[in-house]
Amino acid sequence: MADVAPAPARFERPSLLTFVMMVAVGAFVIVSFDGVGVSLSKAWDGLPAMGRLVERMFPPDFSRIASVGGALLETFQMAVAGTALGVLASIPLAILASRRHSPATPVYLAVRALISFFRTVPDLVWALIFVVAVGLGPFAGTLAIMIDTIGFCGRFFAEAMEEVEEGPQEALSGLGAGRLAVVFCAVMPAALPSLVATSLFSLEKATRSSVVLGLVGAGGIGIELKVAMEMFSYGQACTIILAVFLLVLAVEQASAWLRRRIL
Amino acid sequence: MTAAISQRAIAVDAVGLSARCIPAAPCDLVVGGLVKRFGEATVLDGVGLSVPRGQSVALIGSNGAGKSTMLRCCLRLIEPDEGELNLLGQNIRALRSGALRQLRRRIGFVFQKHNLVPRNSALTNVLHGAIARTRSPRLWHQALASRQSREEAMACLDMVGLADLAERRADRLSGGQSQRVAIARTLMQRPAIVMADEPAASLDPVAAEEVMALLFGLMKKQGLTLIYTSHNLRHAIDYADRVVGLRGGRIAFDAASAGQDAASLEAVYG
Repeated sequence: MADVAPAPARFERPSLLTFVMMVAVGAFVIVSFDGVGVSLSKAWDGLPAMGRLVERMFPPDFSRIASVGGALLETFQMAVAGTALGVLASIPLAILASRRHSPATPVYLAVRALISFFRTVPDLVWALIFVVAVGLGPFAGTLAIMIDTIGFCGRFFAEAMEEVEEGPQEALSGLGAGRLAVVFCAVMPAALPSLVATSLFSLEKATRSSVVLGLVGAGGIGIELKVAMEMFSYGQACTIILAVFLLVLAVEQASAWLRRRIL
Repeated sequence: MTAAISQRAIAVDAVGLSARCIPAAPCDLVVGGLVKRFGEATVLDGVGLSVPRGQSVALIGSNGAGKSTMLRCCLRLIEPDEGELNLLGQNIRALRSGALRQLRRRIGFVFQKHNLVPRNSALTNVLHGAIARTRSPRLWHQALASRQSREEAMACLDMVGLADLAERRADRLSGGQSQRVAIARTLMQRPAIVMADEPAASLDPVAAEEVMALLFGLMKKQGLTLIYTSHNLRHAIDYADRVVGLRGGRIAFDAASAGQDAASLEAVYG
């Protein structure tokens, strides 16, 4: 027993650079708290106001339930249509943005940059742009969701394609298949579970986003919520919030069920 | 024994490429001075080999001897650094991508890990064998394929004894079944020559024997040239007309399999 080498250290000692970075990140988090005025006392003092607001919200006002239902349906339709268009557009872009499958490095870099641009600009900004371009209404919101979906799915689709096992691709290349055939016969079937999961997450994300997009006039239930809050109709606002909660919950549950079924 | 093998290796390299190709049996594969380096390591160091049509050749050698690299270089799945490679009468190193694809469609390649597309059915995987025959996407999936192609693929599955598993997903097949589907895919190619990289290495002994017997039987029946690598010396002797041993990236042994025994081949690993 005495000859047995001692067990290695429980934790790896960080390098000087890692240590400095950890300290810097920790310091920045603390500075950020101060920068945005995080204050427990302020939050505590705000609790009574919050309580009064909640009190005025209940009981919910269902007098405009038909109108809220219509807006909710429009919100969901924006999410579904925007996600569907975004997912469809993401597939060819992801192939071009996958290092292993892109035809040339400049194409790969350009498409990666485009997808990053779509992702880094927030969906609310895209909605503002499309409201100017195509006018107020759900179509602007749908386009905003489509672009946001491309930014999200384009990246994750490309990564899923890059991670696919190389063997079947080598086999198909070896028997004379072209680049496109290899992608559609070997890469896409293997990446399919990941593509489906990402698309469903994207739909969940789009459903939440589509609620907010209405605030800038891009259709959906957001505008109803904004008006209710500005008119101090907190009962109606409560109805809208509950309706949004039920919609998002239903989409998440359906998405989770579908993922389990398909994968 | 090792010294004797070295002497023979020198003799083989010195004789040159066409030493084993006689006019009556044209060579399907002629390799000369083949060199492949990975960084500092020279994996193939001037290999020369000629394989006449219809011959079955076993490549043996220890891990890292260059067997798999050589097979992959022959198909340009790995680009060789130097040397001549003549496959089915064409200088494969000079071919551009379109012509290379056309040549590859006539060369079957069975991989150690079968390399089937996991989520596709056995039938779709077999249909992929014909994928280079057309630019149309109809052979991408069995649901799109023509009746004729589907029937041909079923016939190939039948030849490997798996017609009843046509609909089963590849990732739900056993190792032996997967390798048989891979052989069916190769048959679907209608190949002129078949290469197999340790086709039985990942299988249990019974399945390994079945796969080797099936592969060898089908190749002989169709009169196809077969070149395969193996660590199983019994397989090298039983299923090959000729055994070629690689050591340190060079040919160290080259003889007819008849009359060989495992002990005489083991020296290649020395």
